[in-house]
Amino acid sequence: MFLDILISICLLSGGFFILLSAVGILRMPDLYMRISAATKATTLGVGLIVLSTALFFGTLPIVSKSLLVIVFIFLTAPVAGQILARAGFLSGSPLWPGTHINEYKEEEPGKEEK
Amino acid sequence: MLLQISLTVTMVMLSLAMILILIRVWLGPGLADRVIALDILMTTGIAFIAVYAMMTAEPVFIEVSVVLALIAFLATVAFSYYMDRRRS
Repeated sequence: MFLDILISICLLSGGFFILLSAVGILRMPDLYMRISAATKATTLGVGLIVLSTALFFGTLPIVSKSLLVIVFIFLTAPVAGQILARAGFLSGSPLWPGTHINEYKEEEPGKEEK
Repeated sequence: MLLQISLTVTMVMLSLAMILILIRVWLGPGLADRVIALDILMTTGIAFIAVYAMMTAEPVFIEVSVVLALIAFLATVAFSYYMDRRRS
């Protein structure tokens, strides 16, 4: 019974975080804010849901596979977000008008800017 | 009973999230917006498959989510290299 409550808490909070990231990716005004909102919240949500899978089955092969999924997502989601933000910036995706700091433009003055 | 209810509610939440992400894929002004939306859609699919494995009590489906976690990263990296190449 206690395990059921723990699994339910993990499941519901994971689903809530994924729903929150979906709202963020729909409502944010800028590519970079979308990447920021989506990457973090989805990583946490999927981590919680896969953790609840590990608690649900509880055998060694399933727990190790679930931990593999969690570790892999936590490693790759920031890398994917960073690479995609860089590619989007260099191909001229517009910044939100309220953005104050743009350090990447001064770092590479040789690149063409649009 | 509690577990069944929370599994169903999570399934509904994930479906709603998928619909919202698909709206962003449809709208998305640039290629990069669509690519990040597809990446998040794949990550939501991993969670969906994990919840489905719990609903049917079939542990085989966990392996599907392992493979999907590997492929989602490769797809995003490949798309961003494509965007880099297309620029030059």
